[in-house]
Amino acid sequence: MSITYLEAIREAQYEALREDPSVFLYGQDIATFGGAFKATKNLSKEFPNRVFDAPISEDAMIGMAIGAAVEGARPIIEMQFADFSSIGFNQIVNQAATLYWRTNVPCPITIRMPSGGTAGSGPFHSQSMEAIYAHYPGLVIVTPATVEDAYWMLLDSVKLNDPVIFCEHKFLYYHLKADQIGDRELPIGKARIARPGRHATIVTYSAMVHEALRAAEELQLDGYQIEVVDLRSVKPMDTDTILASVARTGRLLALGEAFPWGGVTAEIIARVTTDGFHLLDAPPMRLNSKDTPIPYHPNLWKSHRPTTSTIAAALRRLLRN
Amino acid sequence: MLLARVLEEKLGSLYRAGGRIVGGVYLGKGQEAFSAALGVQLRKGRDIYGPLIRDQAGRIAFGEPIIDCVRTYLGTVTGPMRGRDGNIHRGRPKEGHMAMISHLGSLLSVVAGGLFARRLAGTLADSIGATSIGDGGTSTGAFHEGLNMAAVERLPIIVSIANNQYAYSTPNTRQYACENLVDRAAGYGIEGVTVDATDLASCLKAFRAAVARARAGGGPQMIVGTLLRLAGHGEHDDASYIPDTKRQGPSSRDCLQVAEDFARDRGWMSSSDLRELNEEVRRNVDQTVSKVSKEPAPDPFKENWQALSCAELVEGQHEA
Repeated sequence: MSITYLEAIREAQYEALREDPSVFLYGQDIATFGGAFKATKNLSKEFPNRVFDAPISEDAMIGMAIGAAVEGARPIIEMQFADFSSIGFNQIVNQAATLYWRTNVPCPITIRMPSGGTAGSGPFHSQSMEAIYAHYPGLVIVTPATVEDAYWMLLDSVKLNDPVIFCEHKFLYYHLKADQIGDRELPIGKARIARPGRHATIVTYSAMVHEALRAAEELQLDGYQIEVVDLRSVKPMDTDTILASVARTGRLLALGEAFPWGGVTAEIIARVTTDGFHLLDAPPMRLNSKDTPIPYHPNLWKSHRPTTSTIAAALRRLLRN
Repeated sequence: MLLARVLEEKLGSLYRAGGRIVGGVYLGKGQEAFSAALGVQLRKGRDIYGPLIRDQAGRIAFGEPIIDCVRTYLGTVTGPMRGRDGNIHRGRPKEGHMAMISHLGSLLSVVAGGLFARRLAGTLADSIGATSIGDGGTSTGAFHEGLNMAAVERLPIIVSIANNQYAYSTPNTRQYACENLVDRAAGYGIEGVTVDATDLASCLKAFRAAVARARAGGGPQMIVGTLLRLAGHGEHDDASYIPDTKRQGPSSRDCLQVAEDFARDRGWMSSSDLRELNEEVRRNVDQTVSKVSKEPAPDPFKENWQALSCAELVEGQHEA
């Protein structure tokens, strides 16, 4: 028996609904149809009157969740694709993110964002929005890379008394499987050493963790031991774990699938060079997607995002420095 | 209405004198009847109210003490926003008074969400929601999305549209192309009525009926009030773009004057009663402003600078 990353997300929602009657689900096509990716399959049957179809109104969906949260509910909102959250952007960054600070009333909403690229999805069904939301105070941004994290971090997100942007990676939905969901190991806010090493550190998150691990395998053949840090949440960012890793290896590659300008990888580099400049034996490196919209054709798409081979090449340059 | 007018005049003079009020001052002059007629129908603690810029009268009628307003304008730590937000951007969400943000139309879905959650929890009973907007705000996507969603869910919400003919300086002709904003109600599948918003009696009647329909399960109710903003967008704005023809037109009646005449004509209040009431209200406002003036401003060294309620997730000050 095995469970996929996508099934873990469904199971976490099942558990959240079962545990807490104040939890409800709201999103496009999520009730009888079970969601565009089937992340809410059968939940409307198992929890009648707790799972609702929304009109194609991302702004109103988030606004509705905020109002419900003020009244004591803990809504989980499904954005059909993270890309479409741009329509709900105002409600997320100006209403949800400011509510607690302005009024002292917490805003416990979880916004699930099917994120990242898959072949053939093109410019508007492939985006990674974590850096955009991380920029705004008042939001927690989680980016699970494993089946366990998809499950436990979603459950933890629903319990948090703050708005959470839950970036679940579509590439991992079906590709990533575990024999079972293991125990909850780390809370939101703590990074994980996905692979220990001593020659260089890759700090990354979400689907890129797996590309990084494959690149590390490749470098092992050359005798290099690469440490991979899975951030798990990009905000808060576990700077201590990053710095401790760089202290061990002296070399840093910040890796992300999102666009290159600014963003999470720039933040990692900024923190390490500010707080740990003395730990570095070589200039830190960044690897992101290309600075264009995300292409449709698989040939272009594969070259747009970082891959095992481009990561391995970057590591070799980093190790030569 | 009178209290709102006097309070806002005081805030305007504080603004013009400089020093005390740091941000802008936004007045509801000419809209008090329309605003108060809604606020007075709502029951604080049971209904959810999402007022907007020109709803000082509605907020008072809903039950907000004027000291909350003064404290927020002056930004003292004692107010509901504690200096973190100012002027009209205030509320006490747990008491059903939602704190507007500046992005027009975005409160509609929030009020609807509160009602949705209550219905889900089985606590809705006969409580309703209400929110206000102006002619300009009806042009936003958020307004459309929110109202459509509220209509789909058939939520008991009053959507009050004060058509004061100008959105800042932009006239209706550059704002919408339908004949009357109330025509849109049919498109949402909801009920809509228009009312002469300079006339308190008509406003009270219209809102009372709409509130009763909403409480009885009739779904969202749109009320469009026709009036003219008798002030600038804010105190910084002299509204020189409003032509004299408009200033002398039928919508330019001062609703406060109309209401006072109405009360006097019916013998409910004499001129001296009104004078006394006016003086009492002025004393109340002056005393409140004087009290708040002595209250402490926020101290940046005592501010915790935390935007999350979960303190353990607040990031360290890495830039320090």
